[in-house]
Amino acid sequence: MSTKSSSKEIKNEGKRDFLIISTYAMAGIGAASVAWPLIDQMNPAADTLALASTEVDLSSLEEGQAITVTWRGKPVFVRHRTPKEIKSAKEVSLDDMRHPETDEERVPNEKFIVLVGVCTHLGCVPLGQKSGDVKGLYGGWFCPCHGSHYDHSGRIRKGPAPTNLEVPSYKFLSENVIKIG
Amino acid sequence: MIKYSSKLFSNGILKLFLSLIIICFSSVSYGAGEKINYPQLNWSFSGILGTFDRASQQRGLQVYKEVCSGCHGMRLLAYRNLKAIGYNEDEIKAFASENSVSTINDDGEVIERPARPSDKFVSPYPNDKAARSANGGAYPPDLSLIVKARPDGANYLHALLTGYIDAPADKKVPDGMYYNKYYSGNLIGMPQPLYDDGVVYADGTKATPDQMAKDVTAFLAWASEPEMEDRKRLGVSVMLFLLLLTTLSYFAMKQIWAPIKKQ
Amino acid sequence: MSKSKFKNPVVKWIDHRLPVFSFMDHELNHYPTPKNLNYFWNFGSLAGFALVTMIVTGIVLSMNYTAHVDYAFDSVERIMRDVNHGWLIRYIHMNGASFFFIVVYIHIFRGLYYGSYKAPRELLWILGVLILLLMMATAFMGYVLPWGQMSFWGATVITNLFSAIPLVGESIVTWLWGGFSVDNSTLNRFFSLHFVLPFVIVGVVILHLVALHRFGSNNPIGIDVKGTQDTIPFSPYYTIKDLFGLSVFLSFFAAAVFFFPNFMGHPDNYIEANPMVTPAHIVPEWYFLPFYAILRAIPDKLGGVLFMFGAIAVLFILPWLDRSSVRSSQFRPIYKIFFWILLLDCILLGYLGAMPAEGIYVILSRIATAYYFFHFLILFPLLPFIEKTKPLPFSISEPILGGAATASAMATREKK
Repeated sequence: MSTKSSSKEIKNEGKRDFLIISTYAMAGIGAASVAWPLIDQMNPAADTLALASTEVDLSSLEEGQAITVTWRGKPVFVRHRTPKEIKSAKEVSLDDMRHPETDEERVPNEKFIVLVGVCTHLGCVPLGQKSGDVKGLYGGWFCPCHGSHYDHSGRIRKGPAPTNLEVPSYKFLSENVIKIG
Repeated sequence: MIKYSSKLFSNGILKLFLSLIIICFSSVSYGAGEKINYPQLNWSFSGILGTFDRASQQRGLQVYKEVCSGCHGMRLLAYRNLKAIGYNEDEIKAFASENSVSTINDDGEVIERPARPSDKFVSPYPNDKAARSANGGAYPPDLSLIVKARPDGANYLHALLTGYIDAPADKKVPDGMYYNKYYSGNLIGMPQPLYDDGVVYADGTKATPDQMAKDVTAFLAWASEPEMEDRKRLGVSVMLFLLLLTTLSYFAMKQIWAPIKKQ
Repeated sequence: MSKSKFKNPVVKWIDHRLPVFSFMDHELNHYPTPKNLNYFWNFGSLAGFALVTMIVTGIVLSMNYTAHVDYAFDSVERIMRDVNHGWLIRYIHMNGASFFFIVVYIHIFRGLYYGSYKAPRELLWILGVLILLLMMATAFMGYVLPWGQMSFWGATVITNLFSAIPLVGESIVTWLWGGFSVDNSTLNRFFSLHFVLPFVIVGVVILHLVALHRFGSNNPIGIDVKGTQDTIPFSPYYTIKDLFGLSVFLSFFAAAVFFFPNFMGHPDNYIEANPMVTPAHIVPEWYFLPFYAILRAIPDKLGGVLFMFGAIAVLFILPWLDRSSVRSSQFRPIYKIFFWILLLDCILLGYLGAMPAEGIYVILSRIATAYYFFHFLILFPLLPFIEKTKPLPFSISEPILGGAATASAMATREKK
């Protein structure tokens, strides 16, 4: 650059007033607002959200049986607990639990326990739904990946998982029909 | 002198060139086929700021359901989409549950369950071949995109639905075909669908064929472009933003360039 | 290099080891640009903007698209109906292709008018033609992806062009299709290539820019820059001018996207592909129409294909076809008239490409095709022998002859 044109530049530098700054600011705002649609398109689409809740009929589920339903692409465990299981879930002491929660907090209708069947450690699906499955030391569920043991209320009792099995939001539409999500 | 005349010449060329582009575009967009003139209606949804008429759309849904859906599916539309034309969740649930979809139960048997809002509109035929054979070989097209899939779709559809007249004496109409003055070739496989009081509108609107054609077209136009109202609304703000940016950048440019232009 | 021009210590540290900031400062900020560029020089940066827009929206669309004959059409409609802002992104991509071609065609005709392809910018021009070819391939394959009727039949017709090649034509077409007709394998490979080719274009664009910055931009009077008095730094002068041009461009683009999104498309492409039924009038996208007209103007299958590709091939050798030593048409009174005739000829070809191949249209497209090749193969080499060009100004700073030209300037001109 010759001295002539750089002095011209400096002169212009001083002239960059409100008009020029606001022009570039406007362009910046425009560019930033275009980013949102491009980001938001990765969020769940309308058809995915429409499938975000599912209804399950539990009338054919006998005492001691369990079913696994799919909800939002994940397994949801529903188990019809026996009186013995309910009793053990309610009476156990919370003192030495890693994540102390009472059974009443976790199971609104004591007969049916509803859990997201994903181990809170690293996301494996625990065993215990089928009659022949290993159910772990506490008779609930057992995660084969890293050995987490869950009790009849889905609470973590032994192993690496940090928290209890998640309870999805659900409600009873009638005596035997639940709506998950 | 020479410079002046060449400028005049290129100006003339430029004008010729612009008018040629306009001619090209207008004739190309009409398509090359034989042109049938049909009435150009003033739709509420046409134009830059046009929006859909909810009442007309709802009547149109009724016409679709009671008249068209016997043969024509709308597989890209879901029942939940009806929220956009003014129905609430319970109405949609009830509307959906009148249809049934087949699914596989836990025992592996194919069973029918009532449709849910998340389901797509249930088609009248299980597959294209069934649709074809039930209609004498003529496939009743899916209507999800029909307004976008025909040139000047809304006007064409309205014209077609109201275009059934007696065939001229010299025209022979074969069995299973019908005469329509707006259909290309005039012989159409679809019998006249709309008659006076073919449906009974809940809002008391008189159900003339013309009214029903307008209503069902309004409904189908929405089904083709459900994003239209959002699109135009966003478009207006984007245009205003760009107008402002263009003005600002023009004056900023003038200011930055002033010392150069002065030289 | 010892004394860094950057104040920020982080920038300074990085720049000393990896001189990206110096590079950007030199090529985008101080880059000396002729001071007399008119608005036609905006279209290069606009083309770059269009390319980036297409790549960004394209990547986003590919996250939601399914390349399978059974799902492609529905997945595009899912983008239009269910994906958040999907309609906006798809309409930008769809109309973006058209606007990209508009910008690039104007860019090319600007080059033709001002002789930007002449020495020493021959490679710059050739890289540009290569970009055009890659764009055409990319656009064609992209149009197949929605799997509508026009997608399917466009793919069928264009791939069938290769069957005109003697002996191996049929095998090549089967190889292109990966089957015996346009089908799932074809769709999958087109998706793959449509995804990757834009990045090849980016590579060639970078070479295009390297070649451009070697000698700098041409300018409306087409004479070389004589010194710093003829140039100004790119920033802020051309950055603000490009921003203004971009806002004007975006206004047109947004008007199309938001209010006439399907104007440049074809209704038939909203009907799912049906290999059993061909639409009554199949036409390619508008930007291919001039080439399509040339294809149909030739009554022989192989001949048509050769002429169509020849129409682009002549662009590659244009720097050597044009024998004139004067770049800008401003000083070529006869060529200037022929330039406008060529432009009209191309528009006429575009119009004829959209018309049915019958009657007067066939005759007209033959005349227009003949003119196109006459212009490149005969006019360009021979015109300089009969054309008397106007005297060139001495420099960009002194565009008016004799007026401000100083005695010393006159002296240098004598020497030349």
